[in-house]
Amino acid sequence: MTAAFKQVLDLITRVRGVRGAMLVSGDDGLVVAEQLMEGIKGTAVAALAASLAGRLRRAMEGAGIGASVFWHLQAEHGALLVVPAASGILVVAVTEPDVNVGLVRLELLRAAEAAA
Amino acid sequence: MTTRAVEGWTLHPLTEFVREASARLVLLMTPAGQVLAQSGFSRAVDVMSAAALGAAIIASTGELARQLSQPPFAALNHQGHRHGIFLSSFATERGALVVLAVYDLDVSSLGLVQLFYEQLATDLKAASPKGSVPKQVLAADFERELSESLNTLFGR
Repeated sequence: MTAAFKQVLDLITRVRGVRGAMLVSGDDGLVVAEQLMEGIKGTAVAALAASLAGRLRRAMEGAGIGASVFWHLQAEHGALLVVPAASGILVVAVTEPDVNVGLVRLELLRAAEAAA
Repeated sequence: MTTRAVEGWTLHPLTEFVREASARLVLLMTPAGQVLAQSGFSRAVDVMSAAALGAAIIASTGELARQLSQPPFAALNHQGHRHGIFLSSFATERGALVVLAVYDLDVSSLGLVQLFYEQLATDLKAASPKGSVPKQVLAADFERELSESLNTLFGR
């Protein structure tokens, strides 16, 4: 992983309650860079998040409300937070359920700006 | 989308792969180009062409790897403007099998195809008949075998 990508991911993973962060190619669904705790299947998260991003993009275009800026998918044992960067990269965080979502969102947006 | 198989044990794993990966066309075949199952093809001639070309690519990339003193390439992906082609092979008890998948970039992606390909390979390895020797197709029987396979693959 290049130092620049590591720095971008460090912004996110230093937040308490974040279990991992990834940069994903939105077009291919492939992992560009990752910092994940054990037990998180990075390739699966990347492929499925990119697939979801494509469908959400079409839904938002259909609704005429522009591009998505941030998603928060709350699950039973955690959450998936995603910010699509202008470059087509998705910045993804996998978190504990009780994470400070506002802070992670801020770091994801900063990371997306850096990744772009 | 219609999925049909010459060998029944391949049908369920392949159907699941097509659904999960949103693949448009899929061929499951041997490295010699003998087709075991297909999904999405509507003409026999397309199946024959795709199988022959897929087998040729596997043979040429295998030889290229051998010349480079490398193990065979794990997978090959070719991405165009609207479609992607994914080609990979894996070993089973029945012998090596090759998967050729064509996917639309609008509804699928390389990551998605790769992810569910791994599941397909695992499922086919588990489902393949144990201790069976792959049936050899002799030159004398080739045309009859091919016709029978194509009839099965297109439900004739």
